[in-house]
Amino acid sequence: MANHTSTQAAFENQPTWAGGRSPFNVSYGKLMMWIFLLSDAFTFSTLLVQYGTQRFSNVVTPITTKWPDPASIFNHFPFMHGLHLPLLFVSMMTFILILSSVTMVLAVEAGHRNSKAEVARYMIYTILGGVAFLSCQAWEWYTFIHEGARLDGNTFGITKQGYDHLHSVGFGDHFEWAEGDRTFGPVPFAALFFIVTGFHGFHVFSGVVINVVVYIMTVRGVFERRGHYEMIEKAGLYWHFVDLVWVFVFTFFYLI
Amino acid sequence: MSTSALHADHHTHDHHHKESFISKYVFSMDHKMISKQFLITGIIMGVIGMGMSLLFRLQLAWPDEQFGLLEMLLGKWAVDGKLDPNFYMGLVTIHGTIMVFYVLTAGLSGTFSNLLIPLQLGARDMASPFMNMFSYWFFFLSSVVLLVSVGVETGPASGGWTVYPPLSALEKAMPGSGLGMTLWLVAIALFIISALLGGINYISTVLNQRTKGMNMNRMPLTIWAFFFTAILGLLSFPVLLGAALFLIFDRSFGTSFYLSDIFLEGVGALENVGGSPVLYQHLFWFLGHPEVYIILLPALGITSEVISTNARKPIFGYTAMVISLMGISVLSFIVWGHHMFITGMNPFLGSVFMILTLIIAVPSAVKAFNYLTTLWRGNLRYTPAMLFSIGLVSFFISGGLTGIYLGNAAMDIQLHDSYFVVAHFHLVMGSAAIFGMFAGIYHWFPRLYGRMMNNTLGYFHFWITFITAYLVFFPMHFMGLAGVPRRYYQFTLVEDFSVWMDVNKLITVSAIVGGFAQLLFLYNFFVSIFRGKKAEQNPWQSNTLEWTSPIDVRLHGNWPHELPTVYRGPYEYSRPDRELDYFPQNEEDATAPEVLHVEEKEVAKEEAPVENSVFFAAIKRVFGLSR
Repeated sequence: MANHTSTQAAFENQPTWAGGRSPFNVSYGKLMMWIFLLSDAFTFSTLLVQYGTQRFSNVVTPITTKWPDPASIFNHFPFMHGLHLPLLFVSMMTFILILSSVTMVLAVEAGHRNSKAEVARYMIYTILGGVAFLSCQAWEWYTFIHEGARLDGNTFGITKQGYDHLHSVGFGDHFEWAEGDRTFGPVPFAALFFIVTGFHGFHVFSGVVINVVVYIMTVRGVFERRGHYEMIEKAGLYWHFVDLVWVFVFTFFYLI
Repeated sequence: MSTSALHADHHTHDHHHKESFISKYVFSMDHKMISKQFLITGIIMGVIGMGMSLLFRLQLAWPDEQFGLLEMLLGKWAVDGKLDPNFYMGLVTIHGTIMVFYVLTAGLSGTFSNLLIPLQLGARDMASPFMNMFSYWFFFLSSVVLLVSVGVETGPASGGWTVYPPLSALEKAMPGSGLGMTLWLVAIALFIISALLGGINYISTVLNQRTKGMNMNRMPLTIWAFFFTAILGLLSFPVLLGAALFLIFDRSFGTSFYLSDIFLEGVGALENVGGSPVLYQHLFWFLGHPEVYIILLPALGITSEVISTNARKPIFGYTAMVISLMGISVLSFIVWGHHMFITGMNPFLGSVFMILTLIIAVPSAVKAFNYLTTLWRGNLRYTPAMLFSIGLVSFFISGGLTGIYLGNAAMDIQLHDSYFVVAHFHLVMGSAAIFGMFAGIYHWFPRLYGRMMNNTLGYFHFWITFITAYLVFFPMHFMGLAGVPRRYYQFTLVEDFSVWMDVNKLITVSAIVGGFAQLLFLYNFFVSIFRGKKAEQNPWQSNTLEWTSPIDVRLHGNWPHELPTVYRGPYEYSRPDRELDYFPQNEEDATAPEVLHVEEKEVAKEEAPVENSVFFAAIKRVFGLSR
């Protein structure tokens, strides 16, 4: 047993990299995170490709689509019933998430200076940002479902304006516009919203969990003893990736 | 290297590790043990997958016969000894799934990437042994779920291994679309996690864990192949994950991403419509085509190594080999449409996919010619591994040529979903890759178990398998050209197809003979583990580093002392200035001290970055920038 441990110890004291200059000059852990993010980017691309295909198969003319106008659906804000505030809430969510990315950068920077207290403080801000984003998303989903969004159908349709335009270019003759008639619209609209934002939300949730773990490790002085705060950087890479993906999700689902 | 460190633990290396059974054999983090776990699981899955093919081959050859054995074996799936049509579909599906994913992806790449990446690069272990262990156990879990799905009441998934919707999306579509399909999706999701964990590990290890002097252009071609394989898997499996996610929602939560206006028995099956099943095909084949190369590239890498070692010649065109691997990898991502020529694709898009597909013939031909020129006037040693590698080259050429037919959009309209396709991919991807796997097992068996396999049994195994593989798959070309469709349960009722019954019998008999020949291999493999002749340290007189790690003792950490230092490329066989016909990578050149001096200086000083090595050197050469 003693022999075994001494052999193992001898291995552990040796550097793992000896092949000249390291190709990307990063540790294997950071490299793995980059590679994972690359692969995760492909997963999100798949989801967005699905979205794009379904959405653009519903384009009727170059300027007319049967796709519901997001600005007319996501126009609610907590405690402000009845007001038409298009995309205000989701913009706020986006702003919170980007802010949390900023605090993450500050945490990484503090890590480079080995400043434990500052790392802990900025990690707390980052975690709070993540939790706030998730809470906002929960409210957004709640409102959306409350208005009738379901996975297996779509109660959101085009506006009267859009309908009139469809008519003027010769489409939509087979139905008459009636007040309250909002069932006209592509079926996967809400389902895509739930899956893509849900998948992103799951990533944010995982990120918050990772950040909490890293925060606890920071507070308990694990990284201080280790002598570097690389773990913060790895968590940071993931967090920035999640933010970056949200920029795409936000653009495709809300703005376009 | 510092000799003090060498002396410090000199006495420790020949002691066995005193690990518990669990940490040594079950939840092992040693890449060598994980590689054995992948190999044994792969072999078990291979036996099951091949057994399934024999069952449905029996049905195709003698559709009206009754086999009491079948009823005994399968119970209600073969009432009166006749295979149930739905179960036939299930067998075809699970055979494909097992062979493509479980044997030739995990079994081949999992085994040899795990074994060879650390050993040939001179690393103690994978970048993350912990993740590596998880990679295996997710694969194990996935195998168990898939096998369980075969036994459920309504039968396994039956829509073909590509599980196209609507067959896979609607539970009512066929019996296997129920629980069997759900379990299939669970199994594949677990498999994807396993593949990603493994792939991340392989890439990081290749990039970050090489030993001193191991530049990227001194890496054996096996490592290059595993490296590109891992990249392919890493970028294509997530797409399948996304596709499977939508499929799960379509199946269970009432969405309709892949479902359009569908009628079952005259009744609209769904209230919700508006999706497109073709989109699933796009997403699936974005994985599916790179998957073909995930299967093939490791086999090609193994072949490069085995052929060079046993021809006692440097591999012909090392740089060309690397670049062709790279070319195949890049092209494999932009040719998926050739699986979908008849889905109503715009003919212009079809022609783009066709041209890109045909371009793959160029790097493939480079590889085939390089194998032949390496063999040319070599000092050939016909070990079983060498024979299997030559067999691979044969399949690669004969199967690859039909790929040129199938890649042609106009030809494909006739040949799509016919036995021609079956013949093509079983030769170029199935047989070739499995021969690469056999070559790898025969070649690295001493490395895995410290013992030798029996050569005579190996020769019998090779010749029977080689001949029966051609007898099984070659006649299928003619059936396919005559329009016989694949996946059909019975051909006797159609005059045009029933004329092929004799050929079908020939194929089935050959398949059974070939199947039983694998018993020779199994016997040889499992008996040799315990009773084989003890292996020498370097039984094939090979150059690469895996033969410098002690062969008679399993050592977690691979080398007892310092890691070996690499002084040259892996294929310096039969150098005229050497007495021995091989020159291990880690051996200092004692005859030329000034050369050694230069080498050491080169190692010590900053090395050229990756991009400057093989790839740029080749580009410079192509454009005449150097020399």
